Amino acid sequence: MTELEILQAYWWLLIAVLGSALVFLLFVQGGQSMLWQARTQTERQLMVNSLGRKWELTFTTLVVFGGAFFASFPLFYSTSFGGAYWLWMLILVSFVVQAVSYEYRRKSGNVYGTRVYDSLLMFNGLFGCVMLGVAVAMMFFGAEFTVAKGNILDGSNPVISRWAPTHGLEAMADWRNLLLGVAVFFLARAQAAMYFVNNICGDGAFATRMRRAAGVNGAVFALLFVAFLLVLMFASGLRQGADGIFVAEQNIYLHNLLGMWWAAVLLLAGVVMALYGIFRTAFDRRWRAGIWFGGTGTALVVMVLFFLAGYRSTAYYPSVLDAQSSLSIANSSSSLFTLKVMSWVSVLVPFVLAYIAYVWRKMNAHPLTPSELHREHHQY
Amino acid sequence: MTVVDWSRAQFALTAMYHWLFVPLTIGLSVIVGIMETIYYRTGNERWKALTKFWMTLFGINFAIGVATGIILEFEFGTNWSNYSWFVGDIFGAPLAIEGLLAFFMEATFVAVMFFGWNKVSRGFHLASTWLTALGVSLSALWILVANAWMQNPVGMEFDPEQMRNVMSDFMAVAFNAVAMNKFFHAVFSSWALAGVFVVGVSSWLLWRRSNVAAARSSLKIGAWFGLAGMLLTFLTGDGSAVQVARVQPMKLAAMEGLYDGKVGQELVGFGILNADKRPGDDKEAMHFEISIPNGLSLLANHDINSFVPGINDLIEGIEITPAGDTLRTVGYEERIAIGRRAQEALRAFNKAHAAGDTAAMNAARADVARDFRYFGYGYFDSPEQAVPPVALTFYSFRVMVMLGSFLLLVLVLMAFAASFRPRVLENKWVHYAGMVSLPLVWVCSQAGWIVAEVGRQPWTIQDLLPVGAGISDVPASSVQTTFWIFAVIFTLLLVAEVSIMVRFIARSSRSDIEKDNI
Repeated sequence: MTELEILQAYWWLLIAVLGSALVFLLFVQGGQSMLWQARTQTERQLMVNSLGRKWELTFTTLVVFGGAFFASFPLFYSTSFGGAYWLWMLILVSFVVQAVSYEYRRKSGNVYGTRVYDSLLMFNGLFGCVMLGVAVAMMFFGAEFTVAKGNILDGSNPVISRWAPTHGLEAMADWRNLLLGVAVFFLARAQAAMYFVNNICGDGAFATRMRRAAGVNGAVFALLFVAFLLVLMFASGLRQGADGIFVAEQNIYLHNLLGMWWAAVLLLAGVVMALYGIFRTAFDRRWRAGIWFGGTGTALVVMVLFFLAGYRSTAYYPSVLDAQSSLSIANSSSSLFTLKVMSWVSVLVPFVLAYIAYVWRKMNAHPLTPSELHREHHQY
Repeated sequence: MTVVDWSRAQFALTAMYHWLFVPLTIGLSVIVGIMETIYYRTGNERWKALTKFWMTLFGINFAIGVATGIILEFEFGTNWSNYSWFVGDIFGAPLAIEGLLAFFMEATFVAVMFFGWNKVSRGFHLASTWLTALGVSLSALWILVANAWMQNPVGMEFDPEQMRNVMSDFMAVAFNAVAMNKFFHAVFSSWALAGVFVVGVSSWLLWRRSNVAAARSSLKIGAWFGLAGMLLTFLTGDGSAVQVARVQPMKLAAMEGLYDGKVGQELVGFGILNADKRPGDDKEAMHFEISIPNGLSLLANHDINSFVPGINDLIEGIEITPAGDTLRTVGYEERIAIGRRAQEALRAFNKAHAAGDTAAMNAARADVARDFRYFGYGYFDSPEQAVPPVALTFYSFRVMVMLGSFLLLVLVLMAFAASFRPRVLENKWVHYAGMVSLPLVWVCSQAGWIVAEVGRQPWTIQDLLPVGAGISDVPASSVQTTFWIFAVIFTLLLVAEVSIMVRFIARSSRSDIEKDNI
């Protein structure tokens, strides 16, 4: 492997890590989608405030995921965002309204009332998860775009990356994309239930309901995810040859999985950990550590999905209009120089993770209780 | 309107809404840090209460700043797709670093700041408050590095094989002089804005004769902090003028409505532009003006006898040396010709590349390298297309400077009154001055960004990529739709934000801030 190829692989790994952190942190969105299941005001208050201390981490991870993708694979940034316009706009709008809703929902003078802000949180909980899942699924099932870099010399129509006129609506209508999107949604809900069990010291009934929610949502997720994996293993994709030409290949993701035994091991470990976290939470009434097993398992599974999409010269953004326009980590990355600079910066990632973990431990040392909420000066 | 216009409108809308909230976040985070430090050192509970009072306002504002920020980042992709490819190799890096180094710091420690009072030690809480402030300023640093690079593209070279620019010197990008000046100008102006905000709210409390002690303490800190910020803003503004004169002389000419420059050029203090004036015609540029002799020469070059080129001079390529000799530099007709030549050479390179003709590739590569400096001009048909909107730039510059000067006077008055003549703070006219300043400081701050961003039109990347070539392949009607969606959402959210702030301040004025916020 050349130095450039090593750095491209390294940056794809970092994108995978950020993507997996993002999907883990989507428990915030999952929790928002469960707000209507609160039976009392206090319950809803506890749920919102428990999530409210973490929403910015999810939000920031999404922003950094975007920024890192821009810096390391700019052709993806310009192709996907400029192309699947409506899909990304829907995702963005759902996150914009989320950002203010926690802070404003119960403040006096908030004009629209608590119910509106809570509805916005639920909107973000549903659409944020499903649409991010759709966006990721396009990495396997393809998208309708072409790339021609020479276009930039055509002053009357200079755009390099062009997309089908539906601009992302077609991706939302593809059942395979939706399958992953809906699976992500139920996963986020199962994780949220585990997070609540861990972080809220409510009455027994609430905890019982959350344990049941973890089991039910987890079971739905497991079914959907197995279906997705089956579809994926039978799907065809594109592989880039040494000459840069993309060639169609049946069962490409199955081949990738078999070709990367370590990824298969990680996938298996991830699935087992996620299921263990979910179902032990559902059935063991004294166990509160589910979120850690579920979260770690989720992160491993998502990472493997990124590996399957991008490694082994696979087109991680296959074009269904023109195979040779497809994006691979080789043809869409930043230059060697930029990847090197960014790799030096990435040395700081463990430091960032360390302080996030330290603060998380300090702030979550004790579960949130109604009486603590009552004493709190700043609450959502 | 075309897709270029709507894309610009959408970006401007988002940026301007974002910049309503960000400067307050930047400045107020430091003010809150100062107040909490006083509490930490004295143990005096009233400072804790004041810290919490201003921190609540900080939180209301912070959330909406975050909300508008995410759109900006992704709009580079959604609406400026070509831009993202053409310079993404350089531009993406500061954005990613911003996220990694600054946003995580903010997001992590702001939670401690709000919810950690009873969970962590006093020292850890104070550290978290300052780390939040540091994170906020760090994010300003990296986004302004990115912005400054667009205005002064350095540390890169064009690679015809990849059809894009690639980074060649990270330090040149990160520490380019324009970036450093821009960063300090933006951050210090944010200090001034937050200072005026604190002074304005405190003045209202004093006017209502409510929480007088708390209002006076706050006002003193706000006034001195704002004054320091405003003085430093003027200082860095002077640095900006010198840089613009060197890096973007066309922007400077537009800021002044100057068409034909001269040695010892005056500065227009106030004036009315002739809206019919076009480059190259013989109409008067101004209907009326009050000018400061030699002012612009001094401002732009720190030399009262220097030559400052106007729009016509730049188009013609006329420069005058300090010795008084007229020089011919590269005029805009010539730049257009060179830009087209560069684009033609790039086409030739592509052909040679496809044919595998190495010799022709090398020849074309050399041609591209020679002419690439004016690559973007190749998209124009006439020099006028490279002139920014003069009126908006001209008037915004005047609004910024005049309001900045007025606010400086108010801050001087407030700071000295608070420290040396406390009785002055009982005068209702002083209260009015503080309250009037509050909206004006936002107008001033927005005007500054209009000068910077409208004045650099039509370039996304100075001289290399005009806005028309930086766009996405999205229909104008789609961008129009999202423009209105965002316009409605941002406005509704702004209404809620201001309403919540006003309600909180009004309610506080009816109670005891020092007891309520413990």
